[in-house]
Amino acid sequence: MMTRILLLGVLAVLLIAAPFFAYPVTLMTILCFVIFACSFNLLLGYTGLLCFGHAMFFGSAAYVTGYLLKTTGLSLELALLGGAGATALLGLFVGLIALRRSGIQFAMITFAIAQFVYFLLLRAPFTGGEDGMQSIPRSALFGVFDISSSFTFYYVVLGITVLSVWFFYRIVHSPFGEVLKAIRDNDQRVESLGFKPERFKLVAFVLSAALAGLAGGLKATVFQFATLTDVSFPISSEVILMTLLGGLGTLSGPIVGAGIIILLNDYLADFGEWALIAQGVILLLVIMFFRRGVVGELDRVLRKIRARRAS
Amino acid sequence: MSETLSLDERRPDADASAYALTARGLTKQFGGFHAVKNVDLSIRRGSIHALIGPNGAGKTTCFNLLTKTLTPTAGTITFEGRDITGMRAADVARLGLVRSFQISATFPHLTALENVRVALQSAYGKAFHFWRSLSAVEPLNARAEELLDRVGLAQSRNLTAAELSYGKKRALEIATTLALDPQIMLLDEPTAGMGHEDIEPITELIREAAKGRTVLIVEHNLSVVSTLCDRITVLQHGQLLTEGSYAEVSSNPDVITAYMGGVDDD
Ligand SMILES: Nc1ncnc2c1ncn2[C@@H]1O[C@H](COP(=O)(O)OP(=O)(O)O)[C@@H](O)[C@H]1O
Ligand SMILES: [Mg+2]
Repeated sequence: MMTRILLLGVLAVLLIAAPFFAYPVTLMTILCFVIFACSFNLLLGYTGLLCFGHAMFFGSAAYVTGYLLKTTGLSLELALLGGAGATALLGLFVGLIALRRSGIQFAMITFAIAQFVYFLLLRAPFTGGEDGMQSIPRSALFGVFDISSSFTFYYVVLGITVLSVWFFYRIVHSPFGEVLKAIRDNDQRVESLGFKPERFKLVAFVLSAALAGLAGGLKATVFQFATLTDVSFPISSEVILMTLLGGLGTLSGPIVGAGIIILLNDYLADFGEWALIAQGVILLLVIMFFRRGVVGELDRVLRKIRARRAS
Repeated sequence: MSETLSLDERRPDADASAYALTARGLTKQFGGFHAVKNVDLSIRRGSIHALIGPNGAGKTTCFNLLTKTLTPTAGTITFEGRDITGMRAADVARLGLVRSFQISATFPHLTALENVRVALQSAYGKAFHFWRSLSAVEPLNARAEELLDRVGLAQSRNLTAAELSYGKKRALEIATTLALDPQIMLLDEPTAGMGHEDIEPITELIREAAKGRTVLIVEHNLSVVSTLCDRITVLQHGQLLTEGSYAEVSSNPDVITAYMGGVDDD
């Protein structure tokens, strides 16, 4: 308990001091993907659903939030909520269709719908097509606080991320989360205990979509543009990689995974295709040697040390 | 209700009110193959009723039909005077008809306590509360511990189900099933894959759990059947072979023939 509080304290100091030492936009990108990875983890790690098109929520919320900021002059937090709300609705729609199937079929349906959403956004009049949506304004937070500088904005993004991770934590450690984990382990058994698993999966799917939408909207305000890349398949696969690399079904794993992948992309950005090749190699290594992911393996080693010390 | 009663009274075989669960003309086809064919079954309220038969006789299929895990091709199922043929498993579970599975069905990543608490959540009405902390279901812990204690798992409450021995997993499953306080419990081969040292306690456990309820049990182990069950239905090739007490059934020449080389364990 003491060590946990200490760790959290150190983490808090690091997060607050970070923009003095690192490029705020990179840090904010990591934070956006931390939220995105949590939303994905809720499905794959805690419900057992592999969504193969999670970028559709991330990307479409980027457009919706961007559009709201550009045309309505809403304050930042309302525009973000608008984006998340829109993707929650999209999630409800996709969930109602895709959850009729399970396993690989579910994954393929989400993939197909995501491709369709990509196509719609490519053609929609308000998205700017191939060029994307440019110069999205960072309206004042709550209509009063100026957040145009990236340095200040970092702390806003940090705050939203902390709230999102806490929200994710709350879901996973709630009465609902307990049933979700049971569904992930054995959904037939859950049904035999008098629950209708598909309803729980649908709620989880909508919550996940909303969280992914918040991440996407936030990213649009960080970069002040939204592009088709945000809705594209590589984003969907990147979040899978983050989750597996960090540790599936662990609370902090996907968060760590998001950090590693974004930093890696950043370092390898000048080397073109190398970022993709590196991702492929990492995925291979994780699947072959580190099934539990970074956090999962670390946890195992720590447990072993503790057990040895105890004996 | 009174109308069905008077109808049933005219039937020679049945005083309907004495039966918790009945099936008429139960049939399940897979492709062209009849796994279960025209089976009539009446489970007397408060009894422990066994469904036996050689491998492939259709016991599991029959069981899955009765618990609404499979949809019958034909036939009707009545539970406490209510036609449940068209209902789904989750709904009949809430009515009080709860099953276990042949393959151990615990939640391996949840602790023993959480396994039972999930089941208790079924009637607690907070299962969708994703915004609440787990303290919202802590009032259920006392009942969960009581159930764990009853099956001898009090010491294991904080172990994950994956960490439990096979026998303890099956005991946990029974505790989870009991958490719904079912009127009728359907157990599919509760002693399957168990060593002799585990069979005795689990039999005792079932006997204890059966108090005040009806139990239908698919069982391979005939010594368990003989000590535990009041009434036995024998299936063969998906059809009803005979029904009666253990003494009646075990002396029936058809049953003896059906079991020749059919009993592959014990
Ligand atoms: N889903 C299925 N599809 C096709 N055939 C099945 C299916 N389930 C069971 N069967 C067949 O039905 C017969 C009865 O199986 P089952 O009910 O499992 O028997 P038991 O439990 O008595 O051993 C077997 O011949 C089995 O192969
Ligand atoms: Mg069977």
